Amino acid sequence: MDEQSVGIVETKYFTFAEPPGEMPLECGRTLGPITLAYETYGELNAARDNAVLIVHALSGDAHAAGYHHPRDKHPGWWDVMIGPGRAFDTRKYFVICSNILGGCQGSTGPSSVNPQTGRPYGISFPMVTIRDWVDAQKVLIDHLGIKQLLCVAGGSTGGMQVLQWVASYPEMVRLAIPIATTSKLSAQAIAFDAVGRQAIQSDPNWRDGEYYGKALPRRGLSIARMIGHITYLSDRSMHQKFGRKLQDKSAYSYNLLTDFQVESYLCYKGDHFVNRFDANSYLYITKAMDYFDLTQTYGSLENAFAAAKAKFLVISFSSDWLFPTYQSREIVTALRRRRLPVIFTEIETDHGHDAFLLEFEQLTSLISNFLSHGRSQKS
Amino acid sequence: MSLLTTEIRLEKTGDVVQLVPEHKLLIGLIEKGSHVLDLGCGEGDLLLALKVLKGVRAEGIELSEACIQACVAKGLFSVNQGDLDEGLADYPDKSVDYVISTNTIQVLHRPRVLIREMARVGKRCIVSFPNFAHWQVRLQLILRGRMPKTGKLPYEWHETLNIHLTTINDFRSFCHDAGLKILREIPFRTSASGKCTEVRLLPNLRADAAIFILEEAKSPAG
Repeated sequence: MDEQSVGIVETKYFTFAEPPGEMPLECGRTLGPITLAYETYGELNAARDNAVLIVHALSGDAHAAGYHHPRDKHPGWWDVMIGPGRAFDTRKYFVICSNILGGCQGSTGPSSVNPQTGRPYGISFPMVTIRDWVDAQKVLIDHLGIKQLLCVAGGSTGGMQVLQWVASYPEMVRLAIPIATTSKLSAQAIAFDAVGRQAIQSDPNWRDGEYYGKALPRRGLSIARMIGHITYLSDRSMHQKFGRKLQDKSAYSYNLLTDFQVESYLCYKGDHFVNRFDANSYLYITKAMDYFDLTQTYGSLENAFAAAKAKFLVISFSSDWLFPTYQSREIVTALRRRRLPVIFTEIETDHGHDAFLLEFEQLTSLISNFLSHGRSQKS
Repeated sequence: MSLLTTEIRLEKTGDVVQLVPEHKLLIGLIEKGSHVLDLGCGEGDLLLALKVLKGVRAEGIELSEACIQACVAKGLFSVNQGDLDEGLADYPDKSVDYVISTNTIQVLHRPRVLIREMARVGKRCIVSFPNFAHWQVRLQLILRGRMPKTGKLPYEWHETLNIHLTTINDFRSFCHDAGLKILREIPFRTSASGKCTEVRLLPNLRADAAIFILEEAKSPAG
């Protein structure tokens, strides 16, 4: 474990919206009780003005940094960015990350037990939107005694939550860092989500979401993950990583078994994923992403930022074709028309959409400077 | 850039900035507290100097990712990575006090479009460019029959980015044609030490560069 690691960390849980105080949802239904899994790194200062909320992407969780036990092989999902001396420097900032509402890694979601029936919600779980995820995070932030966040930051679906935070709670966000994201999914991105959902829902084991305690829809979820994974890479990065190389053989097998390395890699990614992710959560989260559209919700993108007070650092990646640069530019244009301070940069990379997890050197330089200058200037 | 820059320490904050010779002239032209947009702002040195010395609201546009990183490191909060050849569509009419373009218009594919955009967005614009009619340039071409290389034009023909070079006289008539009112012309020559001196006599021959302050003409010609 290196010096810049936050070390051994523990996931905590916060439960609220106990009936009859259920949380109202965008779809019109209510939900309660709600538990959010979260982790924190660093210390909240006396002025309570150094809190940074990290918001995760589709398959992320509350475990953003550090290790859960000394023999843990893998650190949290954004460990390279969070720790003493890292971009989100835990000597200066109090970093919070929570698993989204509807997720499956400690927060209330379709795989949680419905206290009214004593059985998992399954698809009776209400459709929760990104606005609902953010509303739930807000309750957690209130609970932690934080009136204003120094920063909200995240990539991909995390970036959508950053934008939703600014739209829903403009007074609470001083610095916003939406990375590799969009204010609404393109038809192409919705299409990939839809195929992923079809893969899960057509798995005979899915059984209308009632698979808990039985055989899991592993095949469907695995295929959904493979499709997703293709959209996170780029033509170039796949070429560099796999090319047309064969897996454990020197010639074609001339049968339908796996020949190419890229096939075997995707199968591995898919299989690995089903061990840690719930198929129903995948359906709910991708649906929430598809519904997300700030222009539709607020009348225009500029309106979404009407009351915003934050300074923005908007970052896109040159080879990201899932949420291409033009979508970040749309956000920048709206912010600029609102006369909000905004830094926009497109990082040149072959890593595709996944670059937000990989290009940590450029991200570290941008984010650490943005945070330290942004913190010293009074809003 | 092999162009001459000088390092200047801003006493107020201790920041050190690298300025090209005409930046000092230019800083003197900006009123305190103005809203400034610097096109091709590089690593943000001029913007930081203006912010510290003149308390301006500083915004910049820059093509290079590395330069944007340097701007963020300087504590600038409004810098947009973008291509000036694509115009200034994000900016409403007359939304900025000064739009500045230092030594940049000659590298653009469509300088006319951008200068018109500058005049639309800015209440005033400040444009500086190297003067291709400077005597050194003329002599090199006439006497040596070679592509000119000077302090302001230091590149070999095959590596220069300067595709739309102009002269002071050409720029003046361009402004007239493009519906721009010239508020002030500052032709200047640059000493080896980087000092700029305004040239009053025979400017198109003796000035190696010029600054023009422009605004949109009330009834644009053409």
